[in-house]
Amino acid sequence: MSSKEYKYTQDHEWIYPEPGDKGKMGLTDYAQSQLGDIVFLDLPPPGTQVEQFKKMGEIESVKAVSDIFAPVSGQVLEVNQTAIDDPQLVNQDPYRAGWLVRLELTKPSELDALMNSDEYDKFVAELGEGNSE
Amino acid sequence: MLLPYLPNTDAGRSAMLREIGVGSADELFQDVPEKFRNVQFKLPPPLSELELKEELRQLSNRNANLDDYACFLGAGCYRHFIPSLVGHITGRSEFYTAYTPYQAEVSQGTLQTIYEYQSLVCQLTGMEASNAGMYDGSTAAAEAALMACRITKRDKVIVLSTVNPRYCRVVDTYVNGHNIPVEKVESNLDGLSSDCACLIVQQPNFLGYFEDMGAYIQKVHDIGALLTVIVDPISLGMFKPPGDYGADIVVAEGQALGSPPSFGGPGLGIFSCRKEYLRQMPGRIVGKTVDVDGKPGYVLTMATREQHIRRERATSNICTNEALVTLATAVYLATLSKRGLRQVAELCYHKAHYAADAIGKLKGYSIVFQQPFFKEFVMRCPVAPYQINKALFNEKIIGGLDLSHVIDNGMLLCVTEVNTKQDIERLVEILSTF
Amino acid sequence: MHHYLLPDISQPGKIGCSLPPLDVPPAELPPKELLRQELELPEVSEVELVRYFTALSKLNYGVDTGFYPLGSCTMKYNPKWHEDVAKLPGFASIHPYQPVESIQGALQLMFELQEYLAEITGMNATSLVPMAGAQGELASLLMVKAYYQTRGGKARRKILVPDSAHGTNPATVAMSGFEISAVPSDDRGNIDLKSLESMMNEEVATLTLTMPTTLGLFDPQIAEISQLVHERGGLLCGDGANLNSLLGKVKFGDLGFDCVQLNLHKTFSTPHGGGGPGSGPVCVKSNLAEFLPSPLVTKQDKEYTFSSPAKSIGSLGAAYGNFGVMVKAYAYIRSLGAEGLREVSENAVINANYIKEKLKAYYHLPYDRTCMHEVVFSGKWQKANGVATLDIAKRLLDFGFHPPTIYFPLVVDGALLTEPTETESKETLDAYIDAMKEIAREADENPEILHTAPHNTPVRRLDEATAARKPDLCWEMSGRAEIDEKKDTS
Repeated sequence: MSSKEYKYTQDHEWIYPEPGDKGKMGLTDYAQSQLGDIVFLDLPPPGTQVEQFKKMGEIESVKAVSDIFAPVSGQVLEVNQTAIDDPQLVNQDPYRAGWLVRLELTKPSELDALMNSDEYDKFVAELGEGNSE
Repeated sequence: MLLPYLPNTDAGRSAMLREIGVGSADELFQDVPEKFRNVQFKLPPPLSELELKEELRQLSNRNANLDDYACFLGAGCYRHFIPSLVGHITGRSEFYTAYTPYQAEVSQGTLQTIYEYQSLVCQLTGMEASNAGMYDGSTAAAEAALMACRITKRDKVIVLSTVNPRYCRVVDTYVNGHNIPVEKVESNLDGLSSDCACLIVQQPNFLGYFEDMGAYIQKVHDIGALLTVIVDPISLGMFKPPGDYGADIVVAEGQALGSPPSFGGPGLGIFSCRKEYLRQMPGRIVGKTVDVDGKPGYVLTMATREQHIRRERATSNICTNEALVTLATAVYLATLSKRGLRQVAELCYHKAHYAADAIGKLKGYSIVFQQPFFKEFVMRCPVAPYQINKALFNEKIIGGLDLSHVIDNGMLLCVTEVNTKQDIERLVEILSTF
Repeated sequence: MHHYLLPDISQPGKIGCSLPPLDVPPAELPPKELLRQELELPEVSEVELVRYFTALSKLNYGVDTGFYPLGSCTMKYNPKWHEDVAKLPGFASIHPYQPVESIQGALQLMFELQEYLAEITGMNATSLVPMAGAQGELASLLMVKAYYQTRGGKARRKILVPDSAHGTNPATVAMSGFEISAVPSDDRGNIDLKSLESMMNEEVATLTLTMPTTLGLFDPQIAEISQLVHERGGLLCGDGANLNSLLGKVKFGDLGFDCVQLNLHKTFSTPHGGGGPGSGPVCVKSNLAEFLPSPLVTKQDKEYTFSSPAKSIGSLGAAYGNFGVMVKAYAYIRSLGAEGLREVSENAVINANYIKEKLKAYYHLPYDRTCMHEVVFSGKWQKANGVATLDIAKRLLDFGFHPPTIYFPLVVDGALLTEPTETESKETLDAYIDAMKEIAREADENPEILHTAPHNTPVRRLDEATAARKPDLCWEMSGRAEIDEKKDTS
């Protein structure tokens, strides 16, 4: 999976489009490092309809709870049971083994609203600057 | 004013004020608008420890205490035997002057004893998980109702009519606070509808006798609701634990397990549930883990359920609970253990039945309910219960709870292992004079 | 030594205490279906139990061990004679439902405590029923709800809470059926008045304020805040967690609050118990008195009795609150009087400002202004060197101190909320200051020792992630439930 094809949201989710208007989504490295040790995933079951940028689940670390937002609208096809059983995967390998949800996209054009790799890297860098005044 | 708990001397204070750069303590209150500062407080002048101890001792003597009076009053608060060992452990200041074990490395005493408590509660109730305790039995029942609503995503709570009326009031206050209705049903369960989140029952019930749980459990689970049982923890020395007959949440008042009546507080809300509902359980939970050297240790865990992390989406707002009472309960259960707890339960059972038998034979008295009971039963008196209680009090006996507003001349009597044969015979003798 | 648990030292046949034999003829047993088969509890002798729990107590750090500057918790010294008095049989061995004539002493104590707390807070009535601060908060919001329901008119669904509020505040909002909105603080640590003005409207029932704030700062705009809220038909609720800074000097009632809940286990010296029991009485102005939780203690001539306010929000417990805790708070107030209470708050404020002055060159002080009874630092400077606030706290343990509250309030980055209380001398504060200075130096020169701290405690840093991922909450979950397997091996 080339990093060039990933798209990113401002809430630090990524989506990797797959053929047939499908896609895998997960959290970025920045997100997992901000959360710390992840202990629990609360993901929508297969069949759930999700809407772009609306909350679709929760992710818990030892000391925090964060909402997971859908990067695009669609229907949940499967969730990553391996990550549910071992949430550490999301910390260790957020872009591959630590994927969260596989979706069928209902509005593929929504991908255009998301950032590409370079834009996201710049976005995160600016956040970092904001933090250390 | 010289105070033993204010170690600062005038010299120390002056030095600190100099370092801070102000002339007086009052200058540090500059953010308080002047008109609000240094107002008058009408309070009694202070007294020394010597004087106050005497005054409070005299105040305490204005109360009839259960060391001097035989007690046949229960109804949710009980006089049971407390081994001296319990008070000596809870009196260790490393336990009672500590706070919430946020810094686990220096709180292993508190944390490990809570883990033992959680384990003991699971063994006692037959449930798979317990928290570190809530305020008391009544608020534990209320929180159980709210938990059932969250799990089932339903908005109605049903309570069996034989639950302690004080507990019902607390459940009402909490559940109505969420704008969720609470309804009562009789033992036929008419009114148990498929939109209800849980049925709350008490075992044995408030009137002292055992409910037929088998009849309830199937009906409740058939509609996808949860069964919440409020149990007498002492009874579990002898009687089947709710985990064995399908309860989903089990709560109890822990005061009977090693704490004095204390005028009703502090008590302890024992709270336990099935493992599958763990994430929805309110309150603090202690978990076992290891440290960086691989040594076993204990921590507060699953904190993402709680208010300091989840804030308005928390399972409860509870923060401070009853930790020292949790410790007392753990020590009590460890001390009595299987043999002692069974013995206590059996003593209560047999003594209560001895009393009920003798009273049942008295002219003008009857035992109202025929179902099996544990340590409490309702008797119908020939005259108003309050008259009987007055006579008993004059003989240094605290009589049972006056139930005449719901059962004609009814009185709820309680007999525990602390009541001797002589106590019971004295009671019966005085009753016979009416 | 402490690594074992009760099942590890259990042996069949050991007993922890003795009980008398049955002195009446046994009754017929109930039907078998009601009875339990086995009760699996560990069997340990009294001697071993005492050694076990004594060993565990030594792993604990309490106020009696040393300095415990846990911000927002007021870890002040717990006077010992209070413990003795609370154990008197006339206080400990009384049943809540005894005849009222037989517990006049208890009722008198409660009645007078109700009065004292009302006087201390400048309110008109008190309920002692809530069993902790969070329950007191719940009482306040349920009363607010009842107040507006009684008045009728448009429903007010919102509660405003500052962004610096303690987690119990928003949690309580949810439990009382309201919606929450957070009001931002300005860069001085005060409520942003402009934001409050735009948010305070006829949908808002209440603004809940901790005063001084959770940042340890007194908001000098309090009169304007109160006026704004009341002008728009709202009520002002107080979270009295920080009352230790105002005792004997300032009354909540004068500041404009309509109600305030207190923490007897903080301000009034009752022990924290490892997490309770506490007591969270609520004091109100006359406009809310009819809604107070039941029961109240009232006095007629010389007789004390219980009464229920006309429109009480109901019951929050099966009895009257944590009486055993009330006894200690009562004793405290009687031993201090008005003058003593004032000395408490003044010394608490002096101690906190002293720490602030001595450490502000070493730790970032987000609000460089006079604080009240607690001061909040941030771990910002150390963070730039890769040292987290958590590391600082853990290193303090090596120096023999309990750390301040960390990561609260949330509005401060890596907060270190430090509350010394008045029961500490300058010598103790100087020792703490020296330790913190040393840690700041280590953060510069030797951060590794902080990352791996603590080094000198009974256990070192614990794996909280595994504890949360794979919960082990009782013996059964550890696979130890078969206690009887540990048979006599001799």
